[in-house]
Amino acid sequence: MTERRLLLGNEAIARGLVENGCAVATSYPGTPASEILAAVAFFQKENQISMHTQWAVNEKIAFEIAYAGCQTGLRTAVAMKQVGLNVASDPLMSAAYMGVKGGFIVVSADDPGPISSQTEQDSRLMAMMARIPVLDPHTPDQAKNMVALGYEISETYNTPVMLRPTTRVCHSRQDVALESIIQLERDVKFEKDPGRWAATPRFRFHLHNQVEKKLADIARHEATRPLCLNPEAKGSRAILSSGVAAAHTAEILKEMDLWQSIPFYQVLQPFPLHADFITHWISTYDEILVIEEPMAVIEMQLADRHRIRGKVSNAVSSVGELYPEHIEEIVGKFVGRETQTLPIPFTSGRRPTLCAGCPHRASFFAIKKAARGGIFTSDIGCYTLGLNLGAVDTVLCMGAAISQASGFYHAHKNKEKRPDIVATIGDSTFFHAGVPALIDAVVHNVKFVLVILDNRTTAMTGSQPTPTSGVGACGEPLAAVDIESLVRGCGVKYCQEANPYDVKGFSGVMKEAVKYSRENGPAVVISRYPCVIDLARKGEAAKPIPIDITEDCDGCAYCIKHFECPALVYHDENEDDKYTTVDPILCIGCGVCLNVCPKGAIVIKDG
Amino acid sequence: MTETISQQLIISGVGGQGVLFVTRLLAEAAINKGLPVFTSETHGMAQRGGTVLSHFKVGEFLSPLIRPMQADGLLALKAENLVAHRNFLRPEGWSITNASNDIDIPKDLTVLHVDADSIAQSIGNTKAVNLIVLGFALAKTEQTIGKKETLFCSKVDIEDVLKHRFGGNNKMLDASVNALTAGYNA
Repeated sequence: MTERRLLLGNEAIARGLVENGCAVATSYPGTPASEILAAVAFFQKENQISMHTQWAVNEKIAFEIAYAGCQTGLRTAVAMKQVGLNVASDPLMSAAYMGVKGGFIVVSADDPGPISSQTEQDSRLMAMMARIPVLDPHTPDQAKNMVALGYEISETYNTPVMLRPTTRVCHSRQDVALESIIQLERDVKFEKDPGRWAATPRFRFHLHNQVEKKLADIARHEATRPLCLNPEAKGSRAILSSGVAAAHTAEILKEMDLWQSIPFYQVLQPFPLHADFITHWISTYDEILVIEEPMAVIEMQLADRHRIRGKVSNAVSSVGELYPEHIEEIVGKFVGRETQTLPIPFTSGRRPTLCAGCPHRASFFAIKKAARGGIFTSDIGCYTLGLNLGAVDTVLCMGAAISQASGFYHAHKNKEKRPDIVATIGDSTFFHAGVPALIDAVVHNVKFVLVILDNRTTAMTGSQPTPTSGVGACGEPLAAVDIESLVRGCGVKYCQEANPYDVKGFSGVMKEAVKYSRENGPAVVISRYPCVIDLARKGEAAKPIPIDITEDCDGCAYCIKHFECPALVYHDENEDDKYTTVDPILCIGCGVCLNVCPKGAIVIKDG
Repeated sequence: MTETISQQLIISGVGGQGVLFVTRLLAEAAINKGLPVFTSETHGMAQRGGTVLSHFKVGEFLSPLIRPMQADGLLALKAENLVAHRNFLRPEGWSITNASNDIDIPKDLTVLHVDADSIAQSIGNTKAVNLIVLGFALAKTEQTIGKKETLFCSKVDIEDVLKHRFGGNNKMLDASVNALTAGYNA
């Protein structure tokens, strides 16, 4: 009997890649796509498969490595989150023209909501812009099946294929059948063809011509035809849907007793939309409701606007996740029926905050003191939460902390007094997109301090290795890159490493760096202390320092406002007796708060 | 057994209480019984602090999410989660809530409460509130709330999942089964 295993959507995608003979898999971590590559590594080890699985420095590099693999005839794949695809969009656009030899799948996970992203962008629009087909699964099980389908389309039409799950597919679990793993035994053979692989603009014109012909054929591809899920249904109104919205809609139509009266189609391939179906739908139905997320990709490919209800007609929201209760209301309005629901109150609890003992908190505390009134540019990672501490003023995208610092410096060119500028960036993000920006800052002698928050891991997404880790996706040993040598290699003259847990020593280095930057140019401080979650996981956590708060605490809340450690609990129930205590379960005993209280009330506990 | 099984449960609590662990146990019990199952959970920055909510559906479903007024049951690992998530319950739905005896329980709902925090302390396993609530739910849905509401799996089914998960780690296994039993007998 086939084994059925409870798999996360991302694990199901990984399983699909391994089952279908993927020989090179690459990724850069980003929620909601982070678990895909780790799961590939898991299945690879479990089944003793020889393939190349790696975390790359960024999505563009991940894409290019996997793409070259498919140029040799192997099946390959790259996985990332939707904003990662922005970084990889340069090779994506070009690869779409050149096409593939072995099958190549680009997994780009969207995040309607957004739940953990800076935008709600729709990767299917990127597929449309690149001119490649995109598949849109509604469940983990279908996501796995679509990997097989994707490789088939990729190799039939020589094109990269995008698989676009959304957070609800990536992060739901389902019982999924594990099927046998195909051993492709393909020979690696790069056949030189410069007219294609190194095409000049003149040849690109021909390639573009081929791309459009391919798309016309793919819009007739039998295996990805839209599915009518209730072929017995008869009615003059139809609903089209894709992705997890289709799963919600199917359940709702059944519960509303509309399964027999509203023909319901699941679109497997939102782009290119099947040409015959566009004609069929428009000529068969008086009204068509399109439910998809986050943008109107299927909808915009349907001509005859006055029959279409969807985002353009404001029947479906373009903003935020489409919860099943929203879809119930949308369907209700479409058929003229009242629906009832109850609100689920938004209980935020605490706002997201840095963990107790997080070394970033210690760094931010010193940074704020060293550059009072300064401009604090920051970046994407756990340390974005330095926002809560007033130590983060800007977050744009990966690597922008450094280029924005340059931008703010240049913008103040005609001011008599320029503000101090301190940029913070994580180690993984520095490698990802910070290095070119640092070179630019050196060339233009930007007077700012860059603090590289080196916690030896990619923490926010679940502790994936960085180029300094010296370890690969499967735990294999790799070469490690030294940050200080890299910084000096970029031409930075001032570079100091310091431990943020050593509050006095670190503050001294920060002050010196700010002073240096004012007079000379870029200064870099590498704030080095491992992520405490990572240390705890490895059983290497430092011996805890027991903390106590004495009666000297007058309830001024300085520690709460400027340090915001979850283990420091403020009591303000009684207006005349406010005070702070330590939560002994949350406190990891890092001892950094010993330096925080202006009244000296935070002390080491006796005994 | 010919009756089709179809059950939708909300499990909610706060970070660190093991909401996702209970969800996994139920899902694996479903798979062991050959039943189709869906769960949905929260990851990434949304996970740092605050409420943790998971959706669990066993039976012929396609969507991983439960709509308001559709859940059969709610396992609330803190009393505040009952208030926050009661609207997920259908009108005849029930909740098993971890609450001390002096807390006001809404009268318009079928709520059975168990003081899992105290039980956890008395058995010396403060991390096991989740299993105590699950054990209590396994007992009460069948014995008190009514046959129709019996959970799709039994205490033995959950113990089998725990045995499989903890493999040779008898210490972990015994502690978990003890907590489950303490909740079951409460």
